Amino acid sequence: MTANAHALAAYNQRKGFLSWLWTWLSTVDHKRIAILYLFGGGLFFVIGGIEALLIRIQLAVPQNDFLVGSTYNEVVTMHGTTMIFLAAMPLVFAMMNAVVPLQIGARDVAFPFVNALGFWLFFLGGIVLNTSWFLGGAPAGGWTAYAPLTTEFLGTGSDFYLLGLQLSGAGTLMGAINFMVTIINMRAPGMTFMRMPLFTWTSLITSTLILFAFPPLTVGFFLEFFDHIFHANFFNTAKGGNAIIFEHIFWIFGHPEVYILVLPAFGIISEVVATFSKKRLFGYTSMVFATVLIGFLSFMVWVHHMFTVGLGPMANSLFALATMTIAVPTGMKIFNWLFTMWGGQIHFTTANLFAVGFVPTFVMGGVTGVMLAVPSADSQYHDSYFVIAHFHYVIIGGVVFGLLAGLFYWWPKMFGKILNETLGKITFWTFFIGFHLTFFPQHFLGLIGMPRRYFTYFPDEGFNTWNLISSIGAIGMAIGAIVLVINIVITTAKGQKAAGDAWGIGRTLEWSIPSPPPEYNFAQTPLVKGIDTFWKEKMEGNKKVTPAEPLGDIHMPNPTILPFLMSIALTIAAYGFIFANQTSASRPLCLVIAAFGIGLMLLLMLIHSIKDDPGFHYHKEEIIEIEKGAE
Amino acid sequence: MSGANHVDIRTLSHPETATLEGKNKFLGFWFFLGGETVLFGTLFATFIALRNRVATGPSSQELFSLPLTFLSTIILLVSSLTSVFAVLAMKEYKIRQMQLWFWLTVVLGLAFLGLEITEFKEYVHEGLGYTTSAFSSSFYTLVGTHGCHVLFGVLWISALMIQSYKKGITTVTAPKYYVSALYWHFIDVVWVFIFTIVYLLGILGG
Repeated sequence: MTANAHALAAYNQRKGFLSWLWTWLSTVDHKRIAILYLFGGGLFFVIGGIEALLIRIQLAVPQNDFLVGSTYNEVVTMHGTTMIFLAAMPLVFAMMNAVVPLQIGARDVAFPFVNALGFWLFFLGGIVLNTSWFLGGAPAGGWTAYAPLTTEFLGTGSDFYLLGLQLSGAGTLMGAINFMVTIINMRAPGMTFMRMPLFTWTSLITSTLILFAFPPLTVGFFLEFFDHIFHANFFNTAKGGNAIIFEHIFWIFGHPEVYILVLPAFGIISEVVATFSKKRLFGYTSMVFATVLIGFLSFMVWVHHMFTVGLGPMANSLFALATMTIAVPTGMKIFNWLFTMWGGQIHFTTANLFAVGFVPTFVMGGVTGVMLAVPSADSQYHDSYFVIAHFHYVIIGGVVFGLLAGLFYWWPKMFGKILNETLGKITFWTFFIGFHLTFFPQHFLGLIGMPRRYFTYFPDEGFNTWNLISSIGAIGMAIGAIVLVINIVITTAKGQKAAGDAWGIGRTLEWSIPSPPPEYNFAQTPLVKGIDTFWKEKMEGNKKVTPAEPLGDIHMPNPTILPFLMSIALTIAAYGFIFANQTSASRPLCLVIAAFGIGLMLLLMLIHSIKDDPGFHYHKEEIIEIEKGAE
Repeated sequence: MSGANHVDIRTLSHPETATLEGKNKFLGFWFFLGGETVLFGTLFATFIALRNRVATGPSSQELFSLPLTFLSTIILLVSSLTSVFAVLAMKEYKIRQMQLWFWLTVVLGLAFLGLEITEFKEYVHEGLGYTTSAFSSSFYTLVGTHGCHVLFGVLWISALMIQSYKKGITTVTAPKYYVSALYWHFIDVVWVFIFTIVYLLGILGG
C-alpha cells in the first residue's frame, strides 16, 4: 500500500461525524457519488411531492382558500421546477453513476473530479433555489419562466430560479460530458458498441442530448438574468426586444429535456424486463436504432409547445409532422418490450411490476401526446388540464416508474441489501392506483375546460367531482412514497444481504462482481464475449466472467475537497448576483461579493491545475484479500 | 497511467493522447467545444433576430469601423497560427520553442482584448450603452462573451506556461497544452463568425 492509501485508511478508521462528513464531501468514487445523487434527488423529490400535495389540497374543493394568488403560483412553479431539475435529473444521474461504469467493465468514470463537481453544483444549485422561500419569496412565473413575466413583472424570486438553475445546469452538463467520454473510451475489451447493455446506450444518447440541449438553456437564463439584473433589453419590447425568442430558446432545451429524462427510463425498463423474463432483450438492434432516432428527432419538435404563439400554418404543420414521427421509434420500443416478455419466465418482483406497469401507462401518455401534436386540436387543449394529464403520464408513468423499477432492481448492487419485496409491492400498488386516480380524471377536466395554473374554480363549472377524485388519488401516491421510505429504513437496519448476482438471473456485467462492489469495481478487467456477457458465461458453466488481464496493481484517484469548494465559490457568486437586485443601497457590495465568488472559483481552478493528483495503488495482495472477503 | 512512465516519452509521437487520461481529456474537450458551439449558436441567433432593433440608439452602420475590426481579426488569426506552432513544437519536445509560441499567443490575445476594450469604450462614448436597445444588449452580450472566452484563454495558457518551466512536457502536461490550443482555435473560429455576421453584415446593412 502506498503512503497515500495508508493515510486514507487510517483516516477512515478515525470514527466521528466530521470524518464521516469529510469522506462524503471529498469522494470521487462514482458509486458514492451515485448515493449522493440518490439522496440529494430523493430529498428534492420529497419537497416537490409535498408541494404537489399542497396543490391537490387547494384544488380538492371549489373556491378553496388554502393557497391563493401568488402563494399558489409560487408552489406550482416550485413543484414543476423542483421535480424536473432537482428530482428527476439527479435521480437519472444516480442510476447512471451507479450502473454505467459497472455495465461497461470500467474501474471508474473518465473524469472522477468533474463527476464530483457536477454533483455539488447540482445540489447547491437546488439549495439556492429552495432558500428563496425564506429570502423574499419563491419564483412564481411557472417552471418555464417565460419572459417578460419573469424578467419584468415578478419580484426577486426569479433571481433564485435563474441563478440556482444555472448552477445545477452547469453540473448536469459536466456530468453528461463525463458519461459520454466514459462510455466511448473506457469500455472493457470486447465490449463493442453493439454489445453495450441498453441502459448504457440510453445513458450515452441522453448525455449527448444534454450536451446539445443545456447550452441553449444556459444562454436563455443568462439573457433573462441580464434583463432582470443589468436591465438589458432582450425581452423588453419597449426597446426593441422580443419575448418569443425566449420561448424558442427555452423549448429548444425543453423538448429534448423530456427525452433526456425518459431515455434512461427506457434503458432501465429494457434491463428489468429482459432480466425478469429470463430472456435476451427482443430486437436489441432496433432498440438501439430507436433510441438514437428518438434522440435525433427530439431536437426537431420544440415548436409543438408553441402552436398557439402563431408562427403560421407552415411552421406548425412541419413541427406537427416531426412530432408524430417520434411515435414510430417509441412504438418500436413498446413492442420490443412486449415481445421480450412473450414466452419468457416472468418474475413479478417489485422492479418488474413497475416495468410492466410502465408499459400501458406510458402508452397512454404517448397517445395523448400524438393528440396534442395536431395543431388545430392543440388550440383547444393548450394550457388546459389535458396537458397536465398528458405530461404527468409521460413523466410519472414513464420516468418515475422507470426510476423506481431501477431503484428496486439496482438497490442491492448499490447497498448490498435487497429491499423488502412485500413493502415494495405495497408501494407499487398504492403508487400505481393512486397515480391513475390522480391523473386520469385530469384528461376530462381539461377537455371540459379547466385551465392549468389557476388556483381555484367555481362550484357550478362541473369540475368538482373529478378534482376531488384527483386529490384522493394523490393520497395513494403519498402512501406509496412513505412506504418506500419505511422500506429503505427497515432494509438498511436489517435487510437480507445480497449476493453479487443479487437476483440470481443477472445478465450484464454489474452482477458479476460483489454487492456492493469494491472501490476498484473489477479486480481484473473482464473480457466481453457478447450481449449479456455474464449470462453467456453462466450458461457455459462459468461462475465468473473471463478476465482480459492478469491480476495486478490498480491505480485509483485520491479523494479531494476541491469540487465541493468550487461549488461553494460559485454559490457565493450566485447569492451575490441575487442580492444585488434586492436593494439599490447594497448593490455595489453584492456585486463585489459576486466577483469574489468568481475569483475564488478561478483560484481553485488554478490550484487544481497546479496540483497533479498522483493517485494511489491497490496492490495485488490487497486485492486478493478484498476479493476473498467479498465472497 | 503507470504503464506509460516506463517508456521514454520522446518515442511517442502523440504525447497528448498517449495515456487513457490524455485520451479522455482530448475527447471530453471536443465534446465541451460541441456544447460551446451550441452556446454561441444561441447567442448568434438572438443577435440576428435583434440586430436591427436599435430603438432610439445608434445602429451598427453608424458605429462599426472596418479597419479596426480587420486589425482585430488579423491579430486573432495570427494568434491561432502561433498556437499551432506551439503544439508542433510540443510534439517534438522542443519546450523552449513551445513556450515562445504560446507566450506569443498570449501577447496577441492581450492585444486583441485591448483593441476590443478601446472599441467598446468608443461605442459607449457614441451613445451605445448596454441598456440602450435590444441591438446593443445582444451585441455586447455576444461579443462580450467571446471577449470573456479570450480572457479566460489568456489566463489559462499563461498559467500552463508558468508551470511548464517546472513540469516540462510529460504525458500529464501534454494533453493540457494540447486542449488549451484547441480552445484557442475554437475562440478564433467563433471570432470569424462574429466578424462576418456582426461586423460585415452590420456595415453592409444586409
